[in-house]
Amino acid sequence: MKELFKDKEHLVRMVGLFGIGFLLFGLMKIILVPNSFGLYGHYRGDSLAEVAAQPVAYAGRGACIDCHSDIDEARTGSKHAVIGCEACHGPLAAHVAEPEKLKPKLPDGEKICLRCHLANPARPVSFPQITLKDHSTDDPCTSCHPAHHPEIS
Amino acid sequence: MTIDRREFLLQTGKLLILTSSAAAALEYVLAGTPEEAPGYTVADHYWAMMIDIEKCIGCGNCARACKEENGVSRQPYYFRTWVERYHVRPEEPELPDVDSPNGGIDGFPEKYRGDDGSKSFFVPKLCNHCAHSPCTQVCPVGATFESPDGVVLVDKKYCLGCRYCVQACPYGCRYIDPDKKVADKCTLCYHRIRKGLTTACCEVCPTGARQIGDLKDPNDPVHEFLRTHKTQVLKPHMATGSKLYYNGLDGSVR
Repeated sequence: MKELFKDKEHLVRMVGLFGIGFLLFGLMKIILVPNSFGLYGHYRGDSLAEVAAQPVAYAGRGACIDCHSDIDEARTGSKHAVIGCEACHGPLAAHVAEPEKLKPKLPDGEKICLRCHLANPARPVSFPQITLKDHSTDDPCTSCHPAHHPEIS
Repeated sequence: MTIDRREFLLQTGKLLILTSSAAAALEYVLAGTPEEAPGYTVADHYWAMMIDIEKCIGCGNCARACKEENGVSRQPYYFRTWVERYHVRPEEPELPDVDSPNGGIDGFPEKYRGDDGSKSFFVPKLCNHCAHSPCTQVCPVGATFESPDGVVLVDKKYCLGCRYCVQACPYGCRYIDPDKKVADKCTLCYHRIRKGLTTACCEVCPTGARQIGDLKDPNDPVHEFLRTHKTQVLKPHMATGSKLYYNGLDGSVR
């Protein structure tokens, strides 16, 4: 035993160095690693809430129908009843927040209609499609097909 | 037993590394899975998306709404979701023509004939929110990850912009944000689904070709959809654990 520790001076020095190393490691870890790192896995747990904090631009049809229930009733029984309002009217969360201040513009009828209903061979055959030159006159689509209930009865 | 200084240092070093990793693991175990949002528990949800190709009409509403909702650059190179048009000729079913003019935002000009024996159809694409995602595995700093509720997200404050993940994604779903110079991608509208809303793309899809689903909610229509449809994921051979289920996916789709 005595033989083993006869040169203990260098051992003490090394234990000291390791001690300082440990302290430095701990200090660096506290400083450099964000608090929430490792909360759920190898990433900052706080970033979940940060991503979720982004503001919403599309209010969702529920918010629209809260005030415009008459329009929702007008759509009953129509194929358009399942379409989200903002699909044609655009993002309107700002209008929901301040209904009087931000009035949405009426969508450009023909452009919006043709976006979905212009004939294209890649579209499913069961989907109603039109070729402009064969269909109707120069009248706007909505003169025959009301946008919220386009079926001609 | 004799031990020289070099060997002693080596062994001690190894011990040190082992202890610190064990300490880190313990920290993770002790932390558990605490919640941070009232009314939303990350452990109670596991999000997926269903796409019905037979319902997609290529209107581009999804790609347009995504840019509006998430403030994605309007330049035609940055998309979190986009629509591809496939054109498959019967003599070469393995070599389809694929185009996606401005991601489908401006519509698809009629380019192919419907009566020459070929077929064409639309395939909406977005992040597959893989359960074993290659993009999160290559991140050197832990800036991208699979959240406990099954969404692959980017920590924009932590991202270095090294672009490893952009190259690693087998589906081409990532890009470098031209303003912030960090990786960016579909978040499955994480800010919306946590509030109980659907994603912007699903909200505006006129035919219901896209739907999000919560695999942990037994009443969610996703279960009925998966049970009653023959679904497929993109590049199943890569075993990414994709949670983007396509109904009616043609074999030519890459």
